[in-house]
Amino acid sequence: MIRIDSVTKRYPDGTVAVDRLSLEIPDRSITVLVGPSGCGKTTTLRMINRMVEPTEGTILLDGEDIQGQPVTTLRRSMGYVIQNAGLFQHRTIVDNIATVPRMLGWGKQRARERAAELMERVGLDTALAKRYPYQLSGGQQQRVGVARALAADPPVLLMDEPFSAVDPVVRKGLQDELLRLQDELGKTIVFVTHDIDEAIKLGTMVAVLREGGRLAQYAPPAELLSAPADGFVEDFLGADRGIRRLSFFASAELDLTTDAVVPADATAERIAAVKAPHLLVTDPDGRPLGWAERTGLTAGDIATDRLLPFGRPFVPGTDSLRVALDCAVLSPTGWAVAVDGGGRVTGVVSQQTIGEAIRAAHTESRADKAGAGVAE
Amino acid sequence: MNILDFGNAFFSDSAHWHGYDGIPQRFWEHVQYSLLALAVAAAIGLPVGLLTGHTGRGGNALALIANAARALPSFGLLVLAVLSIGFGLLPVMIPLVVLAVPPILVTTYEAVRSVDPSPVDAARGMGMHESRILLQVELPVALPLILSGLRSAAIQIVSTATIAAYVSLGGLGRYIVDGLYQRDYEKVVGGATLVAVLALITLAVFWAAGRFAVSPGVRRR
Ligand SMILES: Nc1ncnc2c1ncn2[C@@H]1O[C@H](COP(=O)(O)OP(=O)(O)OP(=O)(O)O)[C@@H](O)[C@H]1O
Ligand SMILES: [Mg+2]
Repeated sequence: MIRIDSVTKRYPDGTVAVDRLSLEIPDRSITVLVGPSGCGKTTTLRMINRMVEPTEGTILLDGEDIQGQPVTTLRRSMGYVIQNAGLFQHRTIVDNIATVPRMLGWGKQRARERAAELMERVGLDTALAKRYPYQLSGGQQQRVGVARALAADPPVLLMDEPFSAVDPVVRKGLQDELLRLQDELGKTIVFVTHDIDEAIKLGTMVAVLREGGRLAQYAPPAELLSAPADGFVEDFLGADRGIRRLSFFASAELDLTTDAVVPADATAERIAAVKAPHLLVTDPDGRPLGWAERTGLTAGDIATDRLLPFGRPFVPGTDSLRVALDCAVLSPTGWAVAVDGGGRVTGVVSQQTIGEAIRAAHTESRADKAGAGVAE
Repeated sequence: MNILDFGNAFFSDSAHWHGYDGIPQRFWEHVQYSLLALAVAAAIGLPVGLLTGHTGRGGNALALIANAARALPSFGLLVLAVLSIGFGLLPVMIPLVVLAVPPILVTTYEAVRSVDPSPVDAARGMGMHESRILLQVELPVALPLILSGLRSAAIQIVSTATIAAYVSLGGLGRYIVDGLYQRDYEKVVGGATLVAVLALITLAVFWAAGRFAVSPGVRRR
């Protein structure tokens, strides 16, 4: 565990970048430092690997003061990833990744094998191994940066706005990749960003800093969204935090109905039995084709070319309530289509039912918190 | 007669191709003076430029000294050196080295300063020692610029090493000095041509060194 204990950083010009900050960074999880520009995120991160020395306070790594060991030893136990990747232009990709192992005295062959293994890990084609950094896209360079930081398998990974210089689509890919990687590797990651959505998506814990390097709130993302500590955090979270909070509620328990789901060759009795104004028509495999109005349907042969589009389906259990609600809002009938992993319809659900589920989830989480409060 | 005829006459005279005053001998002497001066200047300019560039300290003092050194006339320096230490190789080396150090020093300093700071930051963050950062991260990227500093120093040395002849040493300057004295213009033109040829060879050598020593990742092709 990394423990930041009442740390202050005052630069020689008098700027107080970090002010009596205390944080406990749990092992094997992603802790995000987020806040507006100039609030001391980079300074905090760089104090952990002693690129910046604190003016006051101490930082403990597994209970020991980080001042206690040589600075190079400390840094070699922490991977470091920066905004523009900071690759060595004169070295090939594989040699960039092999840098730390080589520094630790590994043989060339072994270091290269390790580098190739890491390229696969971070989703890079090993055919790129012999290229130079200028021959890679920004997103690929960033992956190399992550691979290089992981090369000697350090327990800690420090990342300073690693994904902020790439376009939103690539950024989403990199974020998903990081989460997948973290599932496999279980590193202690400290991640700096100024993007609150990124913080909420990636963080197990999120520390919101405000100008002057003071801690505004330190909480799991769901708690941040449901109970911002003050107006500053609330403003920083943005207007639609209620909707975003739904990302943390599962859609598994939604009350689905199969009543209105009919195959294209349904009988007249089957169609007559539907009470809802719309029917979801499926193909023989049970995959959705589209919505039909109940009135004026011909039994035995529903005209599948005149159906309303069914929009985007969601997968109960995998997707959150936010996704389910989004599907219902986008659906021309106001009903969301639920499918299983194979794309076969498992039922449909109305906006109203989703709304009830949201209210229930809110009540439940309030009750949880109250219960936890009593237990403490 | 025009210059081409002078040159032609000089180079077609077989007497000019051997002996202690022959072209190969004078050419070789000139190469030796130049290499020695360049080596000494690089031994001073490179380490100082690399270190100041890496730490970022002393840049102003450096520029001041370099400008002062540039303002010194080589010939005046030669005369002064001869007057104070007598004839020999040393008084010739002094003006040549003084001439060559500023371009090497200043371009090396600038080259290291202009290296992208983020790889350096990354290297430091991964626990690389400062000496390694300088030699394995900054130097390879700064190399093209450093080579260009060495190249312009080398060209200046090659053309200025002719002054060795004024203090009765050899080199290609012999032809120019003697030719002027004897009003033998064939010799003057021949000597000047040879200096130009050596300058071109120097350019070629540095071009080859650049191809060989600079990483394709830095050359970007
Ligand atoms: N070396 C330095 N000397 C003086 N002041 C500095 C130095 N580095 C940072 N600061 C100041 O300290 C404050 C915090 O800087 P820091 O880089 O930690 O912010 P940040 O949260 O990372 O900002 P950003 O999101 O823009 O990267 C800023 O006011 C900055 O100007
Ligand atoms: Mg920053």
